[in-house]
Amino acid sequence: MSTTVPPRFAAGDPVRVGDRPVVGHCRAPRFLRGRPGTVEQIVGSFRNPEQLAYHKPGLPEKVLYRVRFDQRELWDAYPGPPGDEIMADIFENWLETRE
Amino acid sequence: MSDHNHDDHAPADDDGNTVTEFEILERALRELLIEKGVITAAEVNAKIDDIDSRNPAVGAAIVAKAWTEPDFRMRLLDNPRAAVGELGIDPGDLAELVVIENTPEVHNVVVCTLCSCYPRMILGIPPAWYKSSPYRSRVVADPRGVLAEFGTELPGDVTVRVHDSTADLRYLIVPMRPAGTEGMSAEELAELVTRDSMIGVTPARDPA
Amino acid sequence: MTDPERKTNPRVGGDGRAVHDMGGLAGGPIDRSEHANSLHEKRVDALLFLLVETKRRIFRVDALRRTIEDYSQSEYDGLGYYDRWAQAIRNLLVEQEVLTAEEIDARMAEVRKRLEGEGVTVVERGT
Repeated sequence: MSTTVPPRFAAGDPVRVGDRPVVGHCRAPRFLRGRPGTVEQIVGSFRNPEQLAYHKPGLPEKVLYRVRFDQRELWDAYPGPPGDEIMADIFENWLETRE
Repeated sequence: MSDHNHDDHAPADDDGNTVTEFEILERALRELLIEKGVITAAEVNAKIDDIDSRNPAVGAAIVAKAWTEPDFRMRLLDNPRAAVGELGIDPGDLAELVVIENTPEVHNVVVCTLCSCYPRMILGIPPAWYKSSPYRSRVVADPRGVLAEFGTELPGDVTVRVHDSTADLRYLIVPMRPAGTEGMSAEELAELVTRDSMIGVTPARDPA
Repeated sequence: MTDPERKTNPRVGGDGRAVHDMGGLAGGPIDRSEHANSLHEKRVDALLFLLVETKRRIFRVDALRRTIEDYSQSEYDGLGYYDRWAQAIRNLLVEQEVLTAEEIDARMAEVRKRLEGEGVTVVERGT
């Protein structure tokens, strides 16, 4: 899917989900905030749901990414084998670069 | 044209003897909105019919077609909107359908931890457990434990991948085709494709 | 149109978690019992979809989510799924000035009287 704004990240990029206090509507779940992941793909660009939730137009669009997370990075004692993953759809304003 | 009582035009009630405050609220809102011309009774009925028309059998037919027709499978993975359109399904414009296949290496399961996002345009209304706190809280932290509760055990060399539907994508899982189903028709195969297998908490049913 | 007051205080709950944001919480056993959706539930569902669909778009689904996320923990846990929706739809119709709280309350009283006149009993809370 194409985007109406230039994406900051590309597939394969290491990222970290932001970890700031949430004000209002947020679609980055608490259990992913502050955690490291990898961009799986650029989904496209969409109106910002954080603004749509308050009847605002949510423009300019924000880029949405599918991000892959290693379960062992998310939980202190993940009860499963290495390799298990979570995928979530995270907007660009909740992603940071990770070295 | 309309008076206050629209129940004559609406489908008959399940249980005429008790109502809750929320049923009263729904009726009040619906009546007022119809009177103000925001919606019509016909639209409400049509939408209820539309909701009923989307159910697991719709998804099962899609999966069975993908199992039996390799070209359709490719079209489905490449452009789900167009592919389900071939079966006369209109996915609407509120969300985008994504189709994910289970493989011998990767088992996928879907959740919406934040609310209850679900591929309604295909499968209809989600089951109560999918919307429940225990499922939403546990399947991301202990998916194998949750799958085990549904009777699904996966070996350690199969990756479990949980998809949290946090934006406007809706995930439909294509379960693996069970062994011993060679030569079965799409209609027979669809019987094996359960709602739960398209969410990913179970595999498809084995043939009898 | 009045701007809805956006919560300015960071969402709190244990660990900064909002009431609906439950990934990773200890959840307990999953109740897998099935029940067919009642006509009332389908009516709420239908109402929501009519209000959010593109041709009308009184509000977006995102606004419904936000409204529910603003419930207290006890409201969130105590109200059934479709009751949370019905309450949120009511709040948003008022917020968007499609209906007033007064006319909703008045119509609810009328509906209640009508139903009680037909021998229907009103019970306190549904599921």
